[in-house]
Amino acid sequence: MRICQLRGVGMKKLALISLVSVLLSFGFTHSGCAKAPKENNTITVWHWMTDRHDAFIKLAEKYEQQTGIKVKFDLYAPSEAYSQKIIAAAQARVLPDIYGILGEKKILASFIESGYVTDLTEEFKKDDASWENSLFPKALAVNIFAENNSYHIKPGIYGVPIDVTNIQMVYNQKLFKKAGVERAPVNFDEFLKSIEALNRVGIAGLVSGWGEMWMIDCFASNYAFNIMGEEKVMATFKGEVPYTDPDWIKVLNIFKTLADRKALMEGIVTKGNKYAEQDFALERAAFAFNGSWCVNVYWDMNPNLEYGAMLPPAVNPDLPMKIWGGAGSSFVVNSQSLNKTKTIKFLRWLTEQDQQVFLTEATQNLPSNRQALSAISKVLSQFAGAMDFTTHPTTWELNEQSPVIEAFDKGIQSIIIGEKTPEQVARDVQKVKERELQKVKDRERR
Amino acid sequence: MSEVSRARFKLFSFTDFRESFGNFLFVLPALLIFSIFYIYPFYKTFHLSFHEWNGISLKQFFVGFDNFKELMGDENWWIAVRNAGYITLIALTFQNALALALALACDREIKLKRFYRVVFFIPPVLSETVVGLIWSWILYSGTQGGQHIGLLNHLLDKTGLAYLVNDWLSDPKTALSCIAVVHSWKGFGWGFLLMLAGLQTIDRQLYEAARVDGAGPWSVFVHVTLPMMMPVFLMVMILTVLGAMQAFVLILVMVGQGLVYHTEVPVTRILAAMTGGYPKFGYACAMAVIFGLMLVAVSFTFQKLSSKVKQA
Repeated sequence: MRICQLRGVGMKKLALISLVSVLLSFGFTHSGCAKAPKENNTITVWHWMTDRHDAFIKLAEKYEQQTGIKVKFDLYAPSEAYSQKIIAAAQARVLPDIYGILGEKKILASFIESGYVTDLTEEFKKDDASWENSLFPKALAVNIFAENNSYHIKPGIYGVPIDVTNIQMVYNQKLFKKAGVERAPVNFDEFLKSIEALNRVGIAGLVSGWGEMWMIDCFASNYAFNIMGEEKVMATFKGEVPYTDPDWIKVLNIFKTLADRKALMEGIVTKGNKYAEQDFALERAAFAFNGSWCVNVYWDMNPNLEYGAMLPPAVNPDLPMKIWGGAGSSFVVNSQSLNKTKTIKFLRWLTEQDQQVFLTEATQNLPSNRQALSAISKVLSQFAGAMDFTTHPTTWELNEQSPVIEAFDKGIQSIIIGEKTPEQVARDVQKVKERELQKVKDRERR
Repeated sequence: MSEVSRARFKLFSFTDFRESFGNFLFVLPALLIFSIFYIYPFYKTFHLSFHEWNGISLKQFFVGFDNFKELMGDENWWIAVRNAGYITLIALTFQNALALALALACDREIKLKRFYRVVFFIPPVLSETVVGLIWSWILYSGTQGGQHIGLLNHLLDKTGLAYLVNDWLSDPKTALSCIAVVHSWKGFGWGFLLMLAGLQTIDRQLYEAARVDGAGPWSVFVHVTLPMMMPVFLMVMILTVLGAMQAFVLILVMVGQGLVYHTEVPVTRILAAMTGGYPKFGYACAMAVIFGLMLVAVSFTFQKLSSKVKQA
């Protein structure tokens, strides 16, 4: 039927219907993806921390009672999905008042450079820097850009740490007793001996979520710092030291030794950290390599678990074992938020002693406020005791390129499963490194 | 003005324009929605594939075909394509053979026919995450107190087949095959349903005529069932290929970020490029473009085959 036959209905009506449909379709698409920020009495926070969500909600209720300002915590998990969400929201200019940025420091730098993050330096320095001084310097470091930083970001403090964390090893005291291991090993040789004793009575050694590349990277980085020191690691990132250097071979050899001596739990290379946490909590392995957040996780899974925390056993006694740590989770303030003043006030309140004590007790995470340390448990205090040994890629002057990190971490997997030798992996990684350096040169030339 | 030109001019008279405009108004909402949700994302993917961009920065650098050139030389990408091809091959053979066998069984007058139909369709309706978690537990390789925790290893151990006990998901020889088998287990229900529907459309008189002519079950299957089912087979094959090539949730759940490069598929490579330590959106888009073209080529080939079969 041709449209002219519908003329009885009237072209005007038809045009009107079409126009309304078009407007509606625009309305739906627009309302679905872009809301203009309006100043109101509600602060919106986006986060990824499933274990802290309930505690945040309670704190939000308390804040509303005290100030009349509503704080809405929106949870988006897992963290990969959350990261995608904030990137998409940044592209659509619909970031909330408060959000967290995960990943390398250059991602935070990109957000700042693109104008999505408020510089909080002035707020932290107010009243003789009382806010800044109340927090652990290591916690703040992640959010600080120093003078002449390599990212070309205006020096300042750009985020608020709400807790601190570090990644160490934990050991099961009950399984130690069963195997006749008297104390937590203090060096790598002692560690291997304890593994032998555990294996003799059918107990698996070390478990960790090495199906997640960053966890392998973290473990390897600990030993790289211990074996060759920070300066040489950074020189490698700059391209001045090759991955085929004997010190890097030593780092890779750690994994070969662990695999050869059956120190690793079966299936470790494809295990997600959630599964690894389950294995340790259910006493299937005597050691785990995990972050301080594990205290809360293990408590949920097995409240009777008897365990302690220790630094990964050092190979080189002459250099300190450096572990990853610092700000566990940080929030930034959206520079386009119309609630900026209220938002900053709320974040300051959130990092005050009372709220930090509450968060620590409710979630078993290390507080970012120094005065809240009295509330922590024995295992957490062992984690806290190692804060002086922490370092983190987000605080380094530069980071390795992603393809090199991937080649390195995947290479470690292939060493563990016996596919490649440390020397082969070192050569492969160096090849990728040289290719990436060439790309940078080509880009600069263009 | 010639007669033809006059006729053409008449075609575009004001009245006709009004009519055409009316038609256009009718399709305008659909066209707009299609443009916003289909054409624009397609355009944007193509556009970004020629740029270097981290997904956050306001600056995007035009790099021409650099992303594509890099991709062509990216050994890991081609390993991922090969792995996806392997999963597809297992799906085309094992998954579809299983679907056909079960469809043939359910097409007969057997007891509890309806019950089986429901049971066979349970795996496809389960979430991939749930399926991945269940199979991860079945294939788990750890022990506790000398006992295997994973169901498969436990059964092998208890049935005197302890020599077959393996670290299924962390062994390069078995990891991808395990994923392919689980993918097939999850997907065979769709093929089963379509094939059963196809079998039920075959005229029963054809079977009777064949039997009267002395054909045995195998001859009936080869000379009646197979030719009549060819269009359905081709459709199932297209769906199987497209599904298998894009499988990735199972992989993420079962082996995390992968066992070296043995379990990588194109979608996991795209995801890794977009969500890695430092996102490479342009490169990820170049991968998406090439992968999309591969899938289009596969679909096109199958469609050509399908039309040839129909003609035959």
